[in-house]
Amino acid sequence: MTYVLRDVSTMTVRGLRLVSRDVDAMITAVLLPVIILLMFVLIFGGAMDTGTEYINYVTPGVILLAAGFGAANTALAVEHDMSSGMVERLRSMPVTAWTVLSGHVVASLVKNLVTTTVVFGVSILMGFRPEASPLEWLAAVGMILLFVGWITWLAALVGVLVRSPDAAGGFSFFVMFLPYASSAFVPVDTLPGWLRGFAGHQPVTPVIETVRGLVSGDVPTVADPAGVAVLAVVWCLGLGLAFAVAAGLAFRARR
Amino acid sequence: MAAIVTAEGLHKSFGRQGSTSPPVLDGLDLELEEGAVLALLGPNGAGKTTTVRILSTLLRPDAGRATVAGFDVVRDARRVREIISLTGQQVAVDDKLSGAENLTMMGHLAHLPRRVVRDRVAELLTVFDLADAASRRVITWSGGMRRRLDLAAGLLTRPRVMFLDEPTTGLDPRSQQALWDVVRGVVSDGTSVFLTTQYLEEADRLAQRVALVDGGRIVADGTPAQLKRDVGEAGVELTFASASDAGLVAPALAATIDGARVRVPTDGSVAHVRSVLSAVEATGVTPDHWEVRAPSLDDVFLALTGHVGQERSARSAGVAA
Repeated sequence: MTYVLRDVSTMTVRGLRLVSRDVDAMITAVLLPVIILLMFVLIFGGAMDTGTEYINYVTPGVILLAAGFGAANTALAVEHDMSSGMVERLRSMPVTAWTVLSGHVVASLVKNLVTTTVVFGVSILMGFRPEASPLEWLAAVGMILLFVGWITWLAALVGVLVRSPDAAGGFSFFVMFLPYASSAFVPVDTLPGWLRGFAGHQPVTPVIETVRGLVSGDVPTVADPAGVAVLAVVWCLGLGLAFAVAAGLAFRARR
Repeated sequence: MAAIVTAEGLHKSFGRQGSTSPPVLDGLDLELEEGAVLALLGPNGAGKTTTVRILSTLLRPDAGRATVAGFDVVRDARRVREIISLTGQQVAVDDKLSGAENLTMMGHLAHLPRRVVRDRVAELLTVFDLADAASRRVITWSGGMRRRLDLAAGLLTRPRVMFLDEPTTGLDPRSQQALWDVVRGVVSDGTSVFLTTQYLEEADRLAQRVALVDGGRIVADGTPAQLKRDVGEAGVELTFASASDAGLVAPALAATIDGARVRVPTDGSVAHVRSVLSAVEATGVTPDHWEVRAPSLDDVFLALTGHVGQERSARSAGVAA
C-alpha cells in the first residue's frame, strides 16, 4: 500500500514519455480538431443560426471532441501493453493492478491539457472571443479534465478488453462521434425528436453547456447553469469511477 | 538440497466448460533445486509457457499445487512476486524509452531505493554490454541487445528464482552464446533458474536437470548426461541417391536406415568417424552427402517416448498430406 503513490508516479512518468514521444499521435491530436474547427466555422458556419457568432458557439464543442478523441487513444496504449508482454512482466512483479492503468490515465490528462490549449489558441486566432474570468477559465479547464478523465478510464477498459489494435482504434472513432449527437455543434432543439431525447440526456451535453457557459460570454446561457454544471460533474465523476473500477477488475481478470 | 520451486499435479484447460479441447497441462509434476537450473524441454504446444505462467502467478491452475520458496503461487501470489522475475517469450521493454529509462522504471516498480536503482542500472548496463547504447531509444537496438535488456530488467532485484521462457528463440548464435554466459553468471550469484527451451543443446549447456514435457505432462526427467546416454550422443548421417544404395551400405555398419538415409551412432571422435567413412568407402557406394549431426529434439522424443512430440507429428503429417 505504501508503494501505491510511487508506482503511480513511476507509471505516470512512463506514460508521459510514451505519449510525448509518439509524434504522429501528437500531430493528429492537434491537427484533427483544428481541421474540424475550420470545417465547421468556414463551411457549415454560414448556414448555422445559433443566435450568436458561430465560432463562439462551436469552439467548446470542438475542444471536447478533440479531448474525447485524444483520451480515447489511451485504448491503443493499453492494448499495446496487454499484447506486447509488458503486462505479463508487470503482473509478475509486486505492482498493484490499477497503478499500471492509472499511469496511462494521468498521462492522457496532461497530454489533453496541452492539445486543448493549442486548439483554444488556434480558435482565438480564427476569431473566437472568450469572455471568462481567471476563475471561470479554471473551472472550464477542470470540467474538461473531468470529461477527459471518464473517457480515458473507459478507453483503458476498452484497451484491456479488446484483442487487437484495430478494435482499440475503432473505439476512438466511436468516441469522436459522441459529441455530434449533443449540443456541441447545433442546439439540441434543432435535432429530430427521437435524437433530442438522447442528445439532451447524454453526458456530453451538460459538459458542453457548462464549458460554453463559462468561456463563451455572448452565448445565451441555459436556464439553470449551476444545475447543469452539477449534472455535468456528477456524470463525469460517476462514469469515471465506474469505468475505473471496471477497468481495474477487467485487468485483474484477464488471463 | 531443498527444492525452491515445486509443482504437483498441475492441470489446466483453456476450452470452455464442456468443450472437448484437450488439457494444456495434464498432471504436471516438477521440482527445481535451490541454486540450480532446470530446463523444461519440449516442442511448441507441449505446455511449457502455461507452466511458467502458473509458476510465476500469472495464471491459476485448474487443479494441483505449486510453490516458490514455500509460498503457494495462488494464495501467496504477492509474496512470490517479490522474489521472482519473469522474462517471457516476448521482449517486454518500451521501444520509445531508452535502455536506461527502461531499467530505471523497472527498478522503481520493484520498489528498490532510488540510489540502489541508479547504481544497479549502471552496473547491469555494463555487465550486459549495453552501456554505449544506454541513452538511445530501444527501437533502434538489435534483437540481441533488446533481449539482453529484457533479461537485465528481470535482474534488478537479484531475484531468488528467475523464469526464462524460451529466452534464445530467434537469436543469432552470438547473442545466444552471450545470453548463456549471462545465465551462468546469474546462477553463480545464487539465483535458481527455471528455463523453457525447444533446443536440446541449450538444455545441455545450461541445466543440471532436464524435464521433457509433452502433452502437458513430464515424459522424461534426468540430468543432461542421462538423457543423452538414452538418446545417443550424435550420429553420422549419410544420404544416398536411392534407398537401394542405402540398403547396400547399411549391413556394413551398425546403422539404422530411413529411406535413402543411413544413420550411424558415434561418439564424434575423429577415429570413429574415420572408421565409419572407411567402411562406407569399402562398399563402393558413394553417398551424395554426409554430416555428423547432434541428436535433435525429435530424436530425443523418439528415443525417450517412442513418438515425436505432439505438435511436430501433426505438422509433418500435414506436410505429407
